[in-house]
Amino acid sequence: MIDIVLLTLLLVVAIAIIRMKDLFAVVMLSGIYGLLSASFFVAMDAVDVAFTEAAVGAGISTLLMLVVITMTGRNENTTRHKPFPALVLVVITGSLLIYGTLDMPYFGSADAPVHSHVAPRYINDSMQEIGIPNIVTSILASYRAFDTFGELVVIFTAGIGVLALLSSVRRPIDGDKIVCINYSMHEQHLVVRIVTKMLIPFILLFALYVQFHGDFGPGGGFQAGVIFAAAIILYAMLFGLSTARIVINQPFIQLIAATGVLLYGSVGLVSLLNGGNFFDYNFLSNDPLSGQHLGILLIELGVGCTVASVMIIIFFNFADYRERQQSHENEQNQESS
Amino acid sequence: MDIVLNISSGLCLFIGSFLCVSGGIGILRFPDFYTRMHAVGVTGTLGAGMILIGLMLRSTDLLVFAKLVMILLLTLLISPTTSHVLAKAALHNGLMPKLSQNMLEQSKSKETASSKY
Repeated sequence: MIDIVLLTLLLVVAIAIIRMKDLFAVVMLSGIYGLLSASFFVAMDAVDVAFTEAAVGAGISTLLMLVVITMTGRNENTTRHKPFPALVLVVITGSLLIYGTLDMPYFGSADAPVHSHVAPRYINDSMQEIGIPNIVTSILASYRAFDTFGELVVIFTAGIGVLALLSSVRRPIDGDKIVCINYSMHEQHLVVRIVTKMLIPFILLFALYVQFHGDFGPGGGFQAGVIFAAAIILYAMLFGLSTARIVINQPFIQLIAATGVLLYGSVGLVSLLNGGNFFDYNFLSNDPLSGQHLGILLIELGVGCTVASVMIIIFFNFADYRERQQSHENEQNQESS
Repeated sequence: MDIVLNISSGLCLFIGSFLCVSGGIGILRFPDFYTRMHAVGVTGTLGAGMILIGLMLRSTDLLVFAKLVMILLLTLLISPTTSHVLAKAALHNGLMPKLSQNMLEQSKSKETASSKY
């Protein structure tokens, strides 16, 4: 019953996203879509995935899309032509795909190859071989560590891409100007600043809790990194980008991003040097179980570092680019007037 | 004792859901952005709080109870702040509250006095 309600709401939100022309409303609706997907995952008992979807899809990506909208403009350009050949092509391809799925086993049936090949081995042997209660973390971090390494490198590459396209040499702002900016905004946002100052330590603490609790409950490096970055972005939004850059300066964050990936790869290399396969954690310590625990701890730490710093890099660079655009426009307006 | 807990938790859950539904009706029926924001801010916070209290009365484990207390405190802190920020952002961007015609001058003087916070 709740599945039907959630799926219907997802469908309604998706149709609304397609039909609306105001991009601000579209971004908000996509945040709602992410939250509904997270509820749907909870209804299907996939709590780790729901956690990540709520943090990333309903939180960070809405925020980054809003920053993008400040650069591109708020309304979608109206299209003049109606592409009928494209519609025909999409309908033909879609119906061929649906025809192809008729041969597949039913969704969730117990004798499907997906559920009878590696899944029983993971479910039955995870506790003896790896020793942590959360099977999702043991699959992600130990059985499939190589795939997670690929995901981490993809996130790192996204950060490098943003840095290559949007960053530039900054002129250092002297300290007086920063104090003035901070003081002048002090009266206007009093309520939000006080509440935020109370909340940011708890958000950071929660990020650390999620990072280290991934072995026993839903959590892990990705969610923890996103929550940590969300706290820093909240601080940057309320107290000004230049103040936030004094707290977290750019070279340090870039170093942390690279260190996360390096840490992850080094764990694999150390297991190679100790005589096992790449990412075989049994060889990291005397006892296989403690080796697994150590390996999972280190790679989750690497994942958390890189994800947090890449999110911070992306937000700071987008916001900085926007500030530079606005200051250029102000200078041009002053010159022309 | 059990039946007292059951009845009171059921009452809290019922009141909470009624408040959330009435907040939803308020969004649909109120004429202006600020009145809608007020409806959702008040009823949403109190409705979520009552639902959490109802769940707290049902919980058996101390850890679950502690987590629900944390969630209640955070909701009571964050939800009114977000309503405040939303209304403030709307006022900052120039959305004027809808008032009747002969109160227009009063609203102008009120707006300049209230835009400090």
